[in-house]
Amino acid sequence: MTTYPWAAGYVAGDRPQIVTSRFHYEDSYTLERYLASGGYEGLKAALAKAAPAVHEDVKGATVLGRGGAGFPAGTKWGLTPAGKYPRYLVVNGDESEPGTYKDRLLMERDPHQLIEGCLIACYAAGLSQCFLYIRGEMALAHERVGRALNEAYAAGYVGKNILGTKFSVDIALHWGAGAYVVGEETALIESLEGKRGEPRLKPPYFPAAIGLYGQPTIVNNVETLSNLPWLLCNGVEAYTAIGTQTSPGTRMVAVSGHVKRPGVYEIINGTTTFRDLLYGDEFCQGIRNGNELKAFVPGGGSAPWFTPEQLDLPFEGRLVGAAGSMLGSGAIMVMDSTTDIPKAALSLTRFYAHESCGQCTPCREGGTWLERILSRICDGHGTSSDLDLLIEVGTSICPGDFPHASSTKLGLEATPFPYKMTTICFVGPSAYAPVHSALTLFREEFEAKIVKRTSIPVTVGH
Amino acid sequence: MTDTASTAEQPEAPAPDPNAVQVTINGVAHTARKGQLVIEAAAEAGEYIPRFCYHERMAPVGKCRMCLVEADSGRGPAVTVSCMVQVAPDMKINTESPTVKRMQEGVLELLLANHPLDCPVCDKGGECPLQDQAFSHGPGESRFVEEKRHYEKPIPISELVFLDRERCILCDRCTRFASEVAGDPLIHFTSRGNNTQVNTFPDEPFASYFSGNTVQICPVGALTAKPYRFKARPWDLDQTESTCTSCAVGCRTVVQSSRDEVLRYQGVDNDAVNWGWLCDKGRFGFEATNSESRLQGPAIRSGDGFTSVGWNDALDQAATLIKAAVAAGGASAVGVIGGARGTNEDAYAWARLAHDVIGTPNVYAHLADALRSEILEMPRATINEAASATTIVLLAPDLKEELPVLYLRLRDAAEKKRSRIIEFTARKSGLSKYAWKSIVSRPGDEVEAVRQALTEPEIAAQIAKGDVVVVAGKANLAALGTLQTDAILKVLEAAPGAKVLPAYRRGNIVGAVQLGMNPGPGGNSTAKILADAAAGTVKCLVLLGVDLVSDFPDAQTVERALSSGVSIIAVDTFLSPTAQRANVVLAAAAAGEKNGTVTNIEGRVQTVAQKINVAGTSRPDWMIATELAARLGKDLGFTSVDSVTEAIAASVPAYADITPTALKSARDGLLAVPTPSASLQPSGQQAEPANGYDYRLIVSRELYDLGINNQMSPSLAGLARGLRLHMHPSDLERVGVADGASVRITTERGAKVVTVHGDAGLARWTVWMPFNQPGGSVNDLISASGLVADARIETV
Amino acid sequence: MSRLNAANLEIAREIMSRYPVVRSATIPLLHLSQEQNGYVTREAMQQIAELVESTAAEVYGTASFYEMFKFEPIGKYCVNICRSISCHLVGGDDLVEHAEHVLGIKPGGTTADGLFTLEAVECMAACTEGPTLQVNYRHRFRVTHQDFDQLIDDLRAGRLDAEIPPHGTLARERQHIPADKAAGNVSPDTPITPAWMEAAQ
Ligand SMILES: Cc1cc2nc3c(=O)[nH]c(=O)nc-3n(C[C@H](O)[C@H](O)[C@H](O)COP(=O)(O)O)c2cc1C
Ligand code: SF4
Ligand code: FES
Repeated sequence: MTTYPWAAGYVAGDRPQIVTSRFHYEDSYTLERYLASGGYEGLKAALAKAAPAVHEDVKGATVLGRGGAGFPAGTKWGLTPAGKYPRYLVVNGDESEPGTYKDRLLMERDPHQLIEGCLIACYAAGLSQCFLYIRGEMALAHERVGRALNEAYAAGYVGKNILGTKFSVDIALHWGAGAYVVGEETALIESLEGKRGEPRLKPPYFPAAIGLYGQPTIVNNVETLSNLPWLLCNGVEAYTAIGTQTSPGTRMVAVSGHVKRPGVYEIINGTTTFRDLLYGDEFCQGIRNGNELKAFVPGGGSAPWFTPEQLDLPFEGRLVGAAGSMLGSGAIMVMDSTTDIPKAALSLTRFYAHESCGQCTPCREGGTWLERILSRICDGHGTSSDLDLLIEVGTSICPGDFPHASSTKLGLEATPFPYKMTTICFVGPSAYAPVHSALTLFREEFEAKIVKRTSIPVTVGH
Repeated sequence: MTDTASTAEQPEAPAPDPNAVQVTINGVAHTARKGQLVIEAAAEAGEYIPRFCYHERMAPVGKCRMCLVEADSGRGPAVTVSCMVQVAPDMKINTESPTVKRMQEGVLELLLANHPLDCPVCDKGGECPLQDQAFSHGPGESRFVEEKRHYEKPIPISELVFLDRERCILCDRCTRFASEVAGDPLIHFTSRGNNTQVNTFPDEPFASYFSGNTVQICPVGALTAKPYRFKARPWDLDQTESTCTSCAVGCRTVVQSSRDEVLRYQGVDNDAVNWGWLCDKGRFGFEATNSESRLQGPAIRSGDGFTSVGWNDALDQAATLIKAAVAAGGASAVGVIGGARGTNEDAYAWARLAHDVIGTPNVYAHLADALRSEILEMPRATINEAASATTIVLLAPDLKEELPVLYLRLRDAAEKKRSRIIEFTARKSGLSKYAWKSIVSRPGDEVEAVRQALTEPEIAAQIAKGDVVVVAGKANLAALGTLQTDAILKVLEAAPGAKVLPAYRRGNIVGAVQLGMNPGPGGNSTAKILADAAAGTVKCLVLLGVDLVSDFPDAQTVERALSSGVSIIAVDTFLSPTAQRANVVLAAAAAGEKNGTVTNIEGRVQTVAQKINVAGTSRPDWMIATELAARLGKDLGFTSVDSVTEAIAASVPAYADITPTALKSARDGLLAVPTPSASLQPSGQQAEPANGYDYRLIVSRELYDLGINNQMSPSLAGLARGLRLHMHPSDLERVGVADGASVRITTERGAKVVTVHGDAGLARWTVWMPFNQPGGSVNDLISASGLVADARIETV
Repeated sequence: MSRLNAANLEIAREIMSRYPVVRSATIPLLHLSQEQNGYVTREAMQQIAELVESTAAEVYGTASFYEMFKFEPIGKYCVNICRSISCHLVGGDDLVEHAEHVLGIKPGGTTADGLFTLEAVECMAACTEGPTLQVNYRHRFRVTHQDFDQLIDDLRAGRLDAEIPPHGTLARERQHIPADKAAGNVSPDTPITPAWMEAAQ
């Protein structure tokens, strides 16, 4: 149970390691180490079968997408229109959701595992070319993945007639330039086409049907693909033996904020509870400084917040959804009793306002407006009508009920995830999620910041 | 729709329409069409869904979010973008639920949050969808108390268009238009999120021939056109539908005026021709109508100048000149040239006067810049047929420069993958990059280029698919069109069922030719008429809106003709350089000042409408012709425009159905196409082989030039790019000059020093020069009478 | 020299060759130009437009969407401090304030010596290790105020030159696909069933 200095933040444990098994080697990212530790065996196993059989394995194992939506990869691959070629694979390595930290580790610490995963996916789903899109700000990941690709090409694992078979595919390393929204799969495709990273509308632009260059395209997250080599080596049964039927395998989660031992953990999917994670000895070991837990965000910055009442929920998508939030990208942010809630909400809302691509009105205008109201409240310039205004503006982004957790203290019933939205993608609603949670759960903290004044100067300087 | 239902009383129930989709809109059953967008289906059912970014002629983007409705496809009402989502069977669409109202209010409030609300000083005020929506769907007062986004006030993004970024609602219409429709993606969104704005690349203007469309489709007042800014408010404008006569595409327009001055042209969305678009020359050329330099009435020469006279005196004088010419040399001593700038009625009246009254066969509308009129007797394609043909063969001038909206339509056909374009050209054109094959060859080699291409299996197979349309026009003003015609015939031979779309340029050239501005038996082309004038056999020239001095590709011939002592009657709107040489000048009514019909390249007859009073005492041409005929002893019998239209219908077979009444109910006009006849035969001629010393010369037009209307429109006058010479970069090297340096060009007619530029779009050993540009003319270097023209290029 | 120099032009062509539709190379080429000049120049955007067959307006539209591209010269070291939630909870804002004080500039500013540009940025995927910063996109974790001072000292003194190249350079090892190993681009316009799928059918 050491934090390895060369994998900052990663905490191993006495648990199954599907994707982090090499993290403890200092040279985990080299081809040499990879081959010495079972590398490319999954690819060989795959190539020994017919492509559809490999696809069946991935379906049978219910490998859930790890990028946020949790959609099973095998099912997604099956959505490409039959017989329509070429199809492309786009690897989503744009990890930028607040609190989310795992894909970067996987790219920096085990790039060959990711490459092998890409190859298995291309083989299974008949994908003719692969683009590995890495977030621009991850210089080390570029370097490591780039070097690994060069090694893999030289050794014949990637490119023409891989391992002497008919299977040929190029993997091109592509990198972004700083825009969170590009993590959204259709924006990722736009960006990869050399354009502004503006999400496309679904329908009709479901990537599996109309994706990169208008062709069927599979977009998968780095962690999702990194699962495949182990799956192919060890088989479906071994994979589904871990976790639950609906959430098999493991998941990498990053716990940040006010815990004693923040870190990235590979946990068993579906059974591990938030309490295990936050308080368990092998995980975060409780709240720092002996403080009380006030609230936590269970699935990345855009998820509605939970309170200690939801601690016993397991890490299982449907249950968390029914409880009023989502698992999203496997990022838990913990806030203890000292947290200034309006400021925390402002930090999150500002993020989404700042990251709005700007194409839809409610997100572009509404997100910024929310941020402005919140900041004037935090600066002590708020008015009592501002709290209603926050809800009103939020309702223009998300008409109807907004998901939130139950709270016996506040007499709240859980409103299940998801919500209705007036925007193209989830960035707009995400700007509202923290405001809504914070206001619903901790309204008194906002009120306390409001100086009793009913009108404010017409313009507020910045 | 209901007409056919009631007239067709069939006993058995009709087979169910496979394209019908049953939906419910606000509780009322409605039959929509497969693939139809919800926003369109709702509109058909009488439910207008508010929108900003959606535009019928562009791909929907679903960005503004104003058109959200609720639609239930069996799983409960879902928020649905009506401009992106198609109808589905049994879909229940609700456009007025409380959620929908709430969403609309929300989007509007957010759109207005950063909007300057400067409606009282905005050009768009009164016709602004945002303003209208704010009244009908808005929340009332703004709760946005923060400081709004600030940008530098209107910035010019081109010579013609200003952008006010504070008013912009980022609907992506102008930017989408620029890239998707015009193919000139020179304006774009820049920055991100709340800082997103529309802009050009810094200091690189939105130099598009189609920029004015962005002003028309901007749903707010963010884009304004220089010629219209602050001129009027929408409620002051009075309007009427008409047809643009700037070129022969025949775009439908709305002419708007206030206080007897034309202020604005807007494109009308008709399916047949322009889909709502206009080129900037067509859109802003109305300025010429308002010009202070317009002729205000007739005048006759006195010494070096002119004396204004009354119409009686002027017409008497004109009649005298004609009679004198006939007396001295017979009827054929009178040449009548032009007529493409007027209406069908104008052309017909003049043709009757020329052929029947005077009796001369020397009548012609072409100015040596078009292929022979027999092209019009080939099986004619409509623009829609061309823009949906399996194969479009281009043997024509650069359509982007000469027939801009046809360029848009064909570009669309290629971009949407309806059609494959095969282009034969001596210089890459606006359409080259959309062409499936763009075959560049030297002038003189065009027939061989076609022959060879047709032997290529891929091309042969493509042609063999059938449904071929040949766009046929004269690509080189420096030569006869003979070889071009031969090349066209070669294509037609390989594609027997092919249709032809003539790429004639002048406004009503097709109408003029079809209605008789064409030589009679023994008659001659314009070049020959001019040569005969120079030789003294033609003694009187009647010039109908033609400016031979600047517009005829053989300055020497023109000069010899005009200075031969020939008498000249100029019927024109301006005292053009040619009219200045006339003995009698008859002031003609301009576009916007007269009613009538015009015929476009496909043979579509559409109406033009008078919107304002004529300048001074000028008159429509048909009236002038009629009165002149009377003075020559014959009553043409025309008492009104309609009477001319009726006379055309009665006597010209192709126009038999085109009566004033029929036109009234034909929204897209009516086709008048002569019965095809195969009167064009290949000439079989061959160009002299190139001598390895001279360069083949190609001269062609650009959209903006020294044409009188262009120059009399202040907004357009400065846009002509100027005289220059292009040659292939390797030829530049061979001559040994740098890009931007000067060279001397020498032809059989003379020599000139011009700036030279490298142009990889040209065939080797070919040079190109634009016609009628500021900075020196090229028509004194060319004769247009050879199969090809050669020139020598030397350093200076 | 603000267009791509000859060596970079060659790299540019290799990058372009990896995409079936050349416009996809836009962002990588913008990075290349930023690597060469420290920022993206006007001329570079015009040149990139020619290379990727679009217009300068389109290239600029794309470039200005992304935060990493600078259109004016900035400091040799771009110091980005995270202010997003995870770092905010453990003192990210304090670190920004401290940095402002130490460098004497506000976020967005550049020190007079042209060495440092300070930016307060959003989440950089090191959330469990806050407060986090990046210097020219190289991470530093759990940064105390002392760590920050030391870092600035080290950068000034050139002690980190081996690890942190000047602003603009991201990966120092580039991908290179040897011609004999390449499977080749698969154009969206060639509807060919992949060989191994044919075998499967
Ligand atoms: C605003 C937004 C940002 C996203 N960011 C990421 C991201 O950074 N990385 C990622 O893998 N998926 C991200 N996603 C999810 C992707 O759209 C997509 O669902 C995912 O890449 C699919 O891969 P998976 O099926 O393997 O999870 C984001 C989604 C949204 C709406
Ligand atoms: S919700 Fe925001 S980020 Fe998403 S598409 Fe709309 S404007 Fe862009
Ligand atoms: S009109 Fe549908 S989103 Fe704008």
